[in-house]
Amino acid sequence: MSIKDMTKEKNWSGQKLVSTDYLLFEAPREKHFMTGSEVTKEAIKRCTVDASVSYPITPQSEAAHLIGELWAEGYVGMYFRGENEFGVMSEVAGCAMAGARTVTTTSGPGTLRAMENFPMWSGTRIPVQLILMARGINSPLTIQPDNLEVTFMLETGCMIWYAENVQELFDMTIAAFTVAEMPDVHVPIVTVVDGFFVSHTREAVMLPADDIALHPYDPYAAPLPPIDSEMPPGRFLRDPFVMKSNYISYATHASWQWEVRSAVDRSRPYARHYLNGLAHVTGDEDAEIVFVACGTASNQAKEAHRELAKQGIKSKVVKLRTIRPFPHEELLAATKSAKYIFVPEFNIVGWLDKEVTQSLYGKSEAKIIGRPRVAGGMSMPVESILQEVFENTNAKGA
Amino acid sequence: MASISNRKRYNMRISGLGGQGVVTSAHILGSCMDNAGKYASLVPFFGSEKRMAPVEAYVRASTEPIYEVGEVVYPDIIMIYHSQVVTHGKSYTMPFYTGLKKDSLVIINTDVDVLEEEDIIVLNRLNARVVQFNATELALKIAGTELATNMAMMGMLLGLTKLVTEDDIEKAVRERFLGNSFVASGGTASLDSAIEKKFKKKEELLAKNMEVINKTFELADGIDLMGSELIINLEV
Repeated sequence: MSIKDMTKEKNWSGQKLVSTDYLLFEAPREKHFMTGSEVTKEAIKRCTVDASVSYPITPQSEAAHLIGELWAEGYVGMYFRGENEFGVMSEVAGCAMAGARTVTTTSGPGTLRAMENFPMWSGTRIPVQLILMARGINSPLTIQPDNLEVTFMLETGCMIWYAENVQELFDMTIAAFTVAEMPDVHVPIVTVVDGFFVSHTREAVMLPADDIALHPYDPYAAPLPPIDSEMPPGRFLRDPFVMKSNYISYATHASWQWEVRSAVDRSRPYARHYLNGLAHVTGDEDAEIVFVACGTASNQAKEAHRELAKQGIKSKVVKLRTIRPFPHEELLAATKSAKYIFVPEFNIVGWLDKEVTQSLYGKSEAKIIGRPRVAGGMSMPVESILQEVFENTNAKGA
Repeated sequence: MASISNRKRYNMRISGLGGQGVVTSAHILGSCMDNAGKYASLVPFFGSEKRMAPVEAYVRASTEPIYEVGEVVYPDIIMIYHSQVVTHGKSYTMPFYTGLKKDSLVIINTDVDVLEEEDIIVLNRLNARVVQFNATELALKIAGTELATNMAMMGMLLGLTKLVTEDDIEKAVRERFLGNSFVASGGTASLDSAIEKKFKKKEELLAKNMEVINKTFELADGIDLMGSELIINLEV
């Protein structure tokens, strides 16, 4: 089995090549009962992935281990363990620059250790996928779910998508390669889930058969040509402009930074198609009480909506599926009826609250309440959301 | 006691020690519920993953979709796989019955009374039922290994609540031990191979596990949860 075994119809492991639309929307599906880690393996298995580099850190270790199994089973072209997360993120960059479809996974302290690499990824326009299983940031030491690390990722120039549950993780992982590799987008993508709450939660998930997979990545459609025997990695890496003249350096850097962010913006129509929208809205359309959330917090908000409905109180949940690009239009449209916007979060700083407040500034009259916030890995009981609602609005709880 | 067996939603909290199969049995419980056509999800919570360290897992089952994830803060059912959870406080929630709903069920693996006087006051106020039995001894007696303790605990729960049929259980146990898609952690994998060595064939392992479960069903049949006793002690 090698890349030479690839034909127009089948990849090197013999899976039939299909379009992303077919894989996501048309292929028949069957029910399985799986964890987020296991479903990561199932998604990668169907993506004709060339390379993956791993480093163990809770809670993503199982996902990384299972991608390794895919290599052993002949589905992933190359797989090895890096020295640490900085090494891993550098090595996946090397793989991607050489034209490989590349994926890796990490969590919390691993993300921070690797941080220098993420703006380098977006600056070199490599469509790497990082599956981030969020965990707390030290100190004190924690291995538990807390998504503070996402705030560090927001301005790296990478796309950031947020999956709510095991099913979304599967579908998003597949869509992520496709959108990131669009020639007019072509930036790295970070697919985030809350560690443990998704990585270790076992639930029902619908999967297509595993004898079909995405068409391989075409690196020659990339905005920067891949490395080959004649082409060094990114001209500006080998031969930086700062060595020529400061003026050229300023101009290039500024315009390229702008271009990277424009590229992220250009992903909107593709993401709308493959994700069925950048935001999902559930609940009462005309509700004055609106929860804006992403990931696991939107699960908890949906339970809160159900409890409020039992008491005759209208509410709705706006689940943001992309954070970069930020779904400004979708958020504004979905919060038109809002008098109160609650932003429940699994971190201490309220990064989503800041994003929502900034996005709606001058456009919405609603009072934005960045609560409840839980941190350090604790759960967010529905009761804590209801308490915020009763304390901050005129809704009366039973 | 209001019946434990006809609720729309069950939130279960399982506390035990590393190596006892808390997560494995939570997985099987979740699969049973899924097989029985209910919505189910389960979350294991690890602290430091090592033998004898506290481990907790949470199972939710419902007749309607479940959105909520994370720890079960307000359980209907609590299972304690090791008495040290109570006596040494090896529990993520102290005391172990924190958040327990009214008219709920507690199953403890012990043959001595481990509850303090103040625990009894609270549990009486909640109108709970506490079933105590030596699941480890039962596992040793029937399967010849204490590693089947988790099966005895799970069997007792399902025997008392009749949440699923024996077919649903057998299918889930079979999937767990004969399927090859399950990875909980490296530790669990090595424990699995240790169990497998004990039983020459996986089929034999499956049969022994089912035997333990069937025995607990018999024991459960002799219990009246509607009676007035808070603590029900079972001889194995």
